[in-house]
Amino acid sequence: MTRAARSASFLARSDPRLKVLILVLWSFLLALLETPKAALVGLGGSSLIYALSGPKQFFKDLTKLLAINAFLLFIWLLLPFSFSTPGTAIQRLGPLVVTQEGLDLSILLSLKALAITLGAMAITRASSVFELLAGAKGLGAPEKLLAIFQLMTRYISVIGQQYARLRQAMRVRGFQGRSDLRSLRAYANLAGYMLVGGLDRAERIHAAMICRGYNGRFWFRGDFKIKPLDLGFVCLILALGLGVTFLDD
Amino acid sequence: MTIESLIKLKGLVYSYPGRAAVLNGVDFELGSEGLVGLIGPNGCGKTTLLKIIMGLLKPQAGLVTILGQDCLEEKHFRPLRPKMGFVFQDANDQLFCPTVADDLAFGPLNLGASRQEADRIAQEVLDKLGLSDFGPRVTYDLSGGEKKLVALGTALALNPRLLILDEPTNFLDLEAVARLEAILLELRLPGIIVSHDRGFLAKMTQKSYCLEKGRLTEA
Ligand SMILES: Nc1ncnc2c1ncn2[C@@H]1O[C@H](COP(=O)(O)OP(=O)(O)OP(=O)(O)O)[C@@H](O)[C@H]1O
Ligand SMILES: [Mg+2]
Repeated sequence: MTRAARSASFLARSDPRLKVLILVLWSFLLALLETPKAALVGLGGSSLIYALSGPKQFFKDLTKLLAINAFLLFIWLLLPFSFSTPGTAIQRLGPLVVTQEGLDLSILLSLKALAITLGAMAITRASSVFELLAGAKGLGAPEKLLAIFQLMTRYISVIGQQYARLRQAMRVRGFQGRSDLRSLRAYANLAGYMLVGGLDRAERIHAAMICRGYNGRFWFRGDFKIKPLDLGFVCLILALGLGVTFLDD
Repeated sequence: MTIESLIKLKGLVYSYPGRAAVLNGVDFELGSEGLVGLIGPNGCGKTTLLKIIMGLLKPQAGLVTILGQDCLEEKHFRPLRPKMGFVFQDANDQLFCPTVADDLAFGPLNLGASRQEADRIAQEVLDKLGLSDFGPRVTYDLSGGEKKLVALGTALALNPRLLILDEPTNFLDLEAVARLEAILLELRLPGIIVSHDRGFLAKMTQKSYCLEKGRLTEA
C-alpha cells in the first residue's frame, strides 16, 4: 500500500549510486565515532535520513530496529560493570560495581549501533534491491559480486518456499518434531534434500541462462544522471558528516 | 527452395550415470509440420530429450542436427541455442532477474542489442503476452501462471526460429491457457511441445509423437 507513496519520497527519487555511496560512507563514519555526544548527533542524522524515506510505520520500524539491535542487551549486561571495564566506580548494584568508563562505552556503542542500523534501514526501505545493485554497478562494483547478490535475493524466497512445502509435506503425514532419533533423521533428510535440491536448481538456472545466450555478463543497469535533488542529498550528508566529525574531536 | 529440416535426431541413446537407458535409439525429424506434440508417461524421458536437443546433455550415441548444422560439441550448440526458444518445466529456474523487464532484456542484451533496443523488445513481448504493465514487477511476487507466461516471454524475446516448450500449460488457469493458445497460433513458430494436456495439444499441433520405453513413435 505504501509502495507508491514511498517511491515518491526524497530518498527514493535520489540517484541509486549516491544512495549506495552514502550508505557505505555514513555507516563507516558512524562506526569510527568515539564520543557519545557525536554519536547522539549521528543518531539524529540517521533519523533525519529516515524522515526523508517516505511514509513510516513507526511501530513496525521501531520493532525491526530493536530486533536487529538485540545484541545490545548483552552489551548492557556485561560492559558497564567493573569486571569487564575497570575504572572509576560510580554505583554499586549488590556485588557489582558500575564504572563511569563502562557506562560511557555502553552508551557509545548503543548509540552507534542504532544510528548505523537506522540509517541503513532508511536508505534500503526507500529503494529496491535491484536499484541498489544498479547503483553499486554505477559505482564500479564488480559484476560477479553483484550477480551473487542478485541471485541470492532472487532465490532466498524460492528456497524458503521449498522448505515450507517440505515441512508441510512432513506435517500432513503426521510428522511431529520430537527429540528422538527418528525425528532427527527426518530433519537430516530435510536438510540433505534442501542441499541437493539447491545444487540441482543452480544447475538448471545455469542451463536456462546458457539457452538465452549467457556469456558471462549480467547486464546490470548503471546509467544514471545526477539531478538537482541529488545535490541536495549530498549537501545534507556533507553537513551531517562534517558536523559529527567536528563534534567528535 | 529446398525444404530444410529444422531439427533432426538420429539414433539417440542416453542414460543417466548408473541407470538403464532413458532413450534407446530415438529418431525424429521436424520439417514443415509446424508445432508437434510430444507425449509419454511421467519419467519416460521427454525433458531429457529436449535437453539433448538444446545441447544441455550429451547423448552417448547418435547425432543432433539443428537448422542444418550437425551439433557435435558445445561450440556448435552455442550460437544455435538462442534460435530455439526453450521454456523450462519450472519457470522459477528460468527467471533469475529481480524484475520482469530485466529478465526479458537479458537475452537480447546477450545477443548484442543495446539497452534501449532490449527494453523495447521487452515491452513488445509483454504487450504480446497481455502483460503490458508487468515490466517493473518483482519476479518473486508473480503467481505461478504469470511466471510461466513471462518465462515464455523470455524465449520470445530472443526472436527464435523454433519453440521448445516443456509442459507450458502447467499452473495456468483456463483463461491463461486460452491466451497461450492465441499467442502460439499468432506466432506460427514451428517446434516441439511437451504436454500431458491432450486438448491443448489437439488444438496446437497437427501431429504428435509418443515417447515410451526409450523409443519415439508417431501417435
Ligand atoms: N539428473 C538426473 N539424474 C539421474 N536420473 C535422472 C535425472 N533426471 C532425470 N532422471 C531420470 O530419467 C528419467 C527421465 O526423466 P525426464 O525428466 O526426462 O522425464 P519426463 O518424461 O520429462 O517426465 P515428466 O513427465 O514427469 O516431466 C526419469 O526416470 C528420471 O528419474
Ligand atoms: Mg519433464
